[in-house]
Amino acid sequence: MAGGPRGRAAGLLPIALVLGAGLLLTFTLQERYHHRILTLVLVWATMGLSWNIISGYAGQTSFGHQAFFGIGAYVTVLLILHAGLTPWIGMLVSAAVAVVAAALIGFPTFRLSGIYFALATLAYPLILRIAMDFLGYQEVAIPMAREQPALYMQFRDPRANDLLCLGVFGATLLLSRAIERARLGYWLRALRENEAAAEAMGVDTFRCKMAAYMLSAAPAAIAGAVYAHVVLYVVTPDSVFGTLAIVQTLVVCLVGGIGSLWGPVIGAALMLPVSEMLDTWVGDRFPGIQGVMYGAALVAIILVAPEGLYWRLRGLRRGARPAAPPVAVVAGPGPAPAVSRAPDGGGEPLLEARGVSKAFIGLQALDDVSFAVRAGEILGIIGPNGAGKTTLFNVLNGFLPPDRGEVRYRGERISELRPSAVCRRGIGRTFQVVRSFPRLTVLENAMVGGFVRDAEPAAAGARALAALERTGLAARAGALPGSLTTLELRLMELARCLATDPRLVLLDEPLAGLSAEGVEAMIAHIRRLPAAGVTVVIIEHTMHALVRLADRLLVLDHGRRVADGLPAEVTQRPEVIEAYLGTRWLRRAEHHRP
Amino acid sequence: MGGIYAVMSIGLALIFGVMRVVNFAQGDFMMLGMYLTYYLAVAYRLDPLLGALVVVPPFFVLGVLVHRALLVRVTGGGDPQRQMDAQLILTLGLSLIITNATTMVLSPMPRQIRTGYATEAFGLGPLLVNQARAYAFVMAVLLAVVVFVFLTRTDLGKALRAAADEPEAAGYQGIDVRAMHGLAFGIGVALVAAAGGLLATYHPIEPTVGVNFIVLMFVAVVLGGLGSIPGAFVGGLVIGLVQAVTLLVLPLQLQNAGVFIAFLAVLYLRPQGLFGRRLRTV
Repeated sequence: MAGGPRGRAAGLLPIALVLGAGLLLTFTLQERYHHRILTLVLVWATMGLSWNIISGYAGQTSFGHQAFFGIGAYVTVLLILHAGLTPWIGMLVSAAVAVVAAALIGFPTFRLSGIYFALATLAYPLILRIAMDFLGYQEVAIPMAREQPALYMQFRDPRANDLLCLGVFGATLLLSRAIERARLGYWLRALRENEAAAEAMGVDTFRCKMAAYMLSAAPAAIAGAVYAHVVLYVVTPDSVFGTLAIVQTLVVCLVGGIGSLWGPVIGAALMLPVSEMLDTWVGDRFPGIQGVMYGAALVAIILVAPEGLYWRLRGLRRGARPAAPPVAVVAGPGPAPAVSRAPDGGGEPLLEARGVSKAFIGLQALDDVSFAVRAGEILGIIGPNGAGKTTLFNVLNGFLPPDRGEVRYRGERISELRPSAVCRRGIGRTFQVVRSFPRLTVLENAMVGGFVRDAEPAAAGARALAALERTGLAARAGALPGSLTTLELRLMELARCLATDPRLVLLDEPLAGLSAEGVEAMIAHIRRLPAAGVTVVIIEHTMHALVRLADRLLVLDHGRRVADGLPAEVTQRPEVIEAYLGTRWLRRAEHHRP
Repeated sequence: MGGIYAVMSIGLALIFGVMRVVNFAQGDFMMLGMYLTYYLAVAYRLDPLLGALVVVPPFFVLGVLVHRALLVRVTGGGDPQRQMDAQLILTLGLSLIITNATTMVLSPMPRQIRTGYATEAFGLGPLLVNQARAYAFVMAVLLAVVVFVFLTRTDLGKALRAAADEPEAAGYQGIDVRAMHGLAFGIGVALVAAAGGLLATYHPIEPTVGVNFIVLMFVAVVLGGLGSIPGAFVGGLVIGLVQAVTLLVLPLQLQNAGVFIAFLAVLYLRPQGLFGRRLRTV
């Protein structure tokens, strides 16, 4: 963990051990056949690691990753044929081509999410395959270089092939490890777990996905280039852009476990020897045996251990350890915030909505709403269900563009910005239903917010820990959100939001679902925010709690601003009582009035 | 051709529409449908146009069984995105098994059904229309109409659509959602097998034929709007047209490139409804 005592070298030892084992095998294996298996394991582990960057860490399942593998093979080989360029340089060129291709593919394709992205990626290798056929590259043989075999990556000694693959594999492992430990790695995992929450916490999800996609294209291309030289010798569209290429990648990753460094390695080490041996033993009699084996492996892993072997094994080890005892959360006064900000200057409002309207099909969710938030206050927004409160928040922090009107923050128009950009300017938010990153620890959840201000994991970790201390959750830093109580989850979300160092927080029903003590604890935390330089806008529909908490109330009904003012005053207004309780209560209230 | 794409794609759309499952193995069920039609034609001299109807019941049962044995286990509960990935991968695995097991058992050699009308043509004014394709098209449209009537006019069809739109509410109404999923999967598989039977009247039959078609089916379904059955029908027809037009202006190898490019164009230009929906639930 970043910020932990293990420091920079952590995780390098297992990498060194695995590479050492690879070296050992390289120099002890005798038969060419065994060397071939070792080579294949390394190539497909590399390919798996590369797929894992975009589809594992970032969770964007791609069925078209062999596009880059094929680009690597074809570009390198065609450069030898047409330009006489050595593959040592050619494969780097091909990696660059693949990165550019990833940018060109990713830019339009990441507008799609989830299943649509996965389906769209199917098309790219198919198009490339057709293009290669059309251009007359149905079969491209690598020309024999008798004079300088080493210059053209044509080694007699199988050990040289092993070393080449080991080098590529090692570099990809190090790349993956670097991504895992950098800010990008945290951000990718956050957006995989909950894209909206990540975006609200300052993660520019589009750019992160693009970065991951481009980073994952390079090793795939190099793996393709190497594969062409040490295994194929003759490159065909089917062998590099075909189904088998992506299936082997998927099998390696899924069996081993996605989203971890070691999953693809375990998967490749396990599946490729089995598949190769099957092919040698019975491949002549049963030409589809490899495919059946891969298919059965996919079905079996999904049914038996959908998380993959690596996570299953880790889970078994974790399960044996006793869980940390839960720590009671006390709403005591936390330590003072690190920086206390001078209040924003005088008259200008911190945040201002001007004539904001938003309609969904057939529903006017917000109708010409204007209001201002002053620095240092707690503004409560109330209204019955469906009054447009959450829609208002979604417009304020950039999830929805307003149809009309604008939002200004410290004098700047922010209505067209992405939520992540809004967050970076100092507006944090929480959600009506807590949106945690379930497979990140509490500390890592808060770190995602901390990265907005600090690119270094250590600094972001410190910032996150400080935010957890402020909300009294420091003792739960290592826990997973699944083990938290509702109150702790709400506090974690608040801490994550505070870790972005906001000037303004938008809290969407932070009291919902809490017990009476929980409500008190939460209220105590929220009350302390203005003194720490954080202005608060809070949605609630329990009027009771909000009257005690807010300095000022804004009442919404049917998307319109009904009233605003001091809590005591607003709650007496007939239009508010009507909106809340109906006309019958209004009459009764008037009746009781002196 | 477009008519058969339409029927195949309806099968896939039905499965996606009701179960939210993208079935990668759909092309392989089509391939199996072709083989069954072929063997019926060889062994019993059954006309493939009729054979395509005969394959419907056994493939319906097969679909229901596959759903029971495999898909049920990864449906229901949990993160919808992860669940969808699990289903995609499960059906991909299934597809690999079917394709390769067929190769092992029946050999990769392509086969062809010989019918009297495969090489005959109708003269329609100046146009010559291949008889096999014409009959297959008519049958395909008939099948599509039957499915449409079933979905809109019968109680069972309505229950199916209810289970698709609001699984939870349908459950409260006493509709067995899981059984409806099985039904949808069965019908979807049966339809694609029938489409395969029709295709077998003029298309060579080989174990890997499904792979070429599954992508076209995805394209058709996405073109028409995922899960929409009339949409899938139109999408299928459009693909047939795009292929025919590409064939006129571009060389044969690029026939499908036109289709994929149309597919990508649709995904980029019309991601509305596909995109943005997630954010609205914030």
